[in-house]
Amino acid sequence: MLDFPKWKKAWYWFIAGVAMLASLPSIFAISGLNWPASLPSPRVHLGLDLAGGSHILLEADKRQVAQQRLETMEEQVRTKLKAAEPAIEVGDISSQGGRLSFMVKNPGQVDSAREAIQPLTTGAGLTGQRDWDIEVVDGSRFVLTPTQQGIDQAVTNAMDTAVEVVRKRIDALGTREPTILRSGDQRIVVQVPGLQDPNQLKQLLGQTAKLEFKLVDVTAQPDDIAKGIAPAGSEILPYADPKEGRGSPGLAVRRLGGIKGDQLTDARQAFDPKSNAPVVSITFNTAGGAKFAQLTTENVNKPFAIVLDDKILSAPNINEPILGGSAQISGSFSVQEATQLAIALRSGALPVDLKVVEERTVGPDLGADSIHKGAIAMAVGTGLLMVFMVLTYGRFGVYTCVALIINVLMILGVMAVFGTTLTLPGIAGFVLTIGAAVDANVLINERIREERARGRRVVASVEHGYKEASRAIFDANITNSIAAVMMFAFGSGPVRGFAVVLMIGIVTSVFTAVTLTRMWVAGWLHRARPNDLVL
Amino acid sequence: MKLLKLIPDNTNIHFLKWTWPFFITNLLAMAASIVLLFTHGLNLGVDFIGGQMIRVTFERSAAAPVSELRESVGALGFGEPTIQTFGKPNEVTVRMRLPDGSEGHPELAEAMAQKIIGTIRQNHADARIDGVDSVSGKVSGELFRTGMLALGLAMLGITIYIWVRFEWQFAVGALFALVQDILLTIGMFALTQMEFDLNIVAALLTLLGYSLNDKIVVYDRIRENLKKFRKMPLPELLDLSVNETLSRTIVTSTSVLITLFALLLLGPEVIFGFTAAIALGIFIGTYSSIFMSAPFLIWLRVNSDSFVSTETSLDRQERLARERGA
Repeated sequence: MLDFPKWKKAWYWFIAGVAMLASLPSIFAISGLNWPASLPSPRVHLGLDLAGGSHILLEADKRQVAQQRLETMEEQVRTKLKAAEPAIEVGDISSQGGRLSFMVKNPGQVDSAREAIQPLTTGAGLTGQRDWDIEVVDGSRFVLTPTQQGIDQAVTNAMDTAVEVVRKRIDALGTREPTILRSGDQRIVVQVPGLQDPNQLKQLLGQTAKLEFKLVDVTAQPDDIAKGIAPAGSEILPYADPKEGRGSPGLAVRRLGGIKGDQLTDARQAFDPKSNAPVVSITFNTAGGAKFAQLTTENVNKPFAIVLDDKILSAPNINEPILGGSAQISGSFSVQEATQLAIALRSGALPVDLKVVEERTVGPDLGADSIHKGAIAMAVGTGLLMVFMVLTYGRFGVYTCVALIINVLMILGVMAVFGTTLTLPGIAGFVLTIGAAVDANVLINERIREERARGRRVVASVEHGYKEASRAIFDANITNSIAAVMMFAFGSGPVRGFAVVLMIGIVTSVFTAVTLTRMWVAGWLHRARPNDLVL
Repeated sequence: MKLLKLIPDNTNIHFLKWTWPFFITNLLAMAASIVLLFTHGLNLGVDFIGGQMIRVTFERSAAAPVSELRESVGALGFGEPTIQTFGKPNEVTVRMRLPDGSEGHPELAEAMAQKIIGTIRQNHADARIDGVDSVSGKVSGELFRTGMLALGLAMLGITIYIWVRFEWQFAVGALFALVQDILLTIGMFALTQMEFDLNIVAALLTLLGYSLNDKIVVYDRIRENLKKFRKMPLPELLDLSVNETLSRTIVTSTSVLITLFALLLLGPEVIFGFTAAIALGIFIGTYSSIFMSAPFLIWLRVNSDSFVSTETSLDRQERLARERGA
């Protein structure tokens, strides 16, 4: 057990050396020195709690996704049945209780209706189950029920799109190195290091940016609007800014016949040439431009409402057909609001509303202070511990100390290579790992002492010491790993950072405290051939 | 050179003599912790009950103007703030419940934060805002559940591991020790009203691991001695094992505590509670390793047969079946 062939020694030193080298860039960075840019520079990332910045957890409403799906389905069914040859007349459409139901007026057309609707449903997931169940009850009433797979699939799609949109919007703000991740099935984690005022970001992400152009229902009486009663086929939407309404709380707009503003190629903040007020100028793509031209041509001299997230921005009159494929959105904006809206429109609408359910912002001073204090505490703690070890175990204590220093550097190095994040609790993990790493050496040294006291010869007691102690070291590290894995599996950001340090520390400390010290002790026994041990 | 020896060689302390006094003290301490949990309760942070927490450092004051803050923030009409210093007297956290209806309208919470920060900045020119945490009730509930789940699963996992590696009697002893360590540490948090947040759960998990370290070393020695001294009466053997590992137990705990104290006194204030929890837990763990590892093994009648034979568990079942038949 105490024989170390040359290649083995070289190999151990190589591992330790590489890991320690990898820690250098991080050490340079922490002590404020410049690491030469020409060299590779793996670095330990600092968590938000150390670097300062904002952490925002956004949550989507699954019910909203389901609701939207239902509305889309209703529209598709109407279109499909109208387009059928001969047209299939339906009535009593309802989307109560999360399902769509309608009557086919002529019972003889039930089969052809089913045939027409069938292609609207598709297989969802791996099981191949369809995303809607179609039932016919009482002979002529169709009931379309979304299946769980269908809803799950829709939520997944919506979240994928949402992450993309969030990324585009944050990039547009010009913030550096944001982290944007799906978390669970309906949440998104956004972390932006260095961001001190997350207000703008939150406003931007809180905006769904669903832009619509709807026709104003001019038949609605002001009294009815005030009472919230809309004519059939219309709905009352409130003004985003009460000033636009000039006393009226909202406006009745037609449910159907409008167009969506999602087919844009560009959106920028601009100023209205006449009033000089901030506006957003948008450019449609070809298809969107054609639809917009058609809408404005058919409705000249009528007002239409520009609707954003179900609130009316403004309701200008269509003075002439707008054919050029670009338009202006006015609506009592400040320059900043207009800029924000332009970004939101450019990045596309969010498929679902996102709400901030958790937010953490850390100032930059606190983090810098923590790193500084953590480093001091670590240096003092390690220093005292080394004195204690040398006093208690003499030469063996010196080996322990060297192993300890290598261990610290190796943990840093491994963290840097894997690009792990050091968090505030991670610093505590570091300090704790240092304290606990000597445990292996304590176990070994105490055991050697005991074996020696029992009258074994020097070499035999060292051999036994390492062998007998390994069992307990192994078991102890396993239990520690169990705790660390639980922490990693269930913890959130900072706690995970702590768990990572613990896990890396467990591995490196076995290497340094057991393997390396054994190699050194063996070398010394070989060279000095001592008759007795001071231990 | 004369080396430092915290524990003299060949100690022969009869720890088992003190089993009952210590066991009763332990039970009383655990009962006290439970009572404290009910009477004082834990000072749960926003992580677990939801709400808003603003960290403020008063850079040019020796101590934070806590009562003044309480008054000025309370006067804003969002309810009574919970104001607490952490680490240094000039660093405080101001905690608020989230305003009604903020589940649906997060901007209400934002407005509250802005107003409070504005008030603090206005009244105190040296106030440095170090962070704002805002956690909705839904998320905090989940964090609490997953935290408790992690603790429970870790305890279960460790107990099963010990059961597999040693014997079930050891696992029962370990589980008792774990429950005791956690309960006493939580009791201490109820007593001191230090903030109990997510980090503290991480501290408790760490503690589980390290407290078990100690026990495993003692158990390992008991197992070894059970094999070696088959004729020795169990109480004597257990005392011997604890004595033999005593020096190691004390030296290791001292090592960990040295670094932890450096962190407590010099380290970042933000993790004071975290470090304090671990330090306290390690102290309790050490004491329970020395006094409580052995008694359970006597009560549950561990004997050397569990370890000496090399028969597999299958062989053993067959043998036991045969013996029962005979």
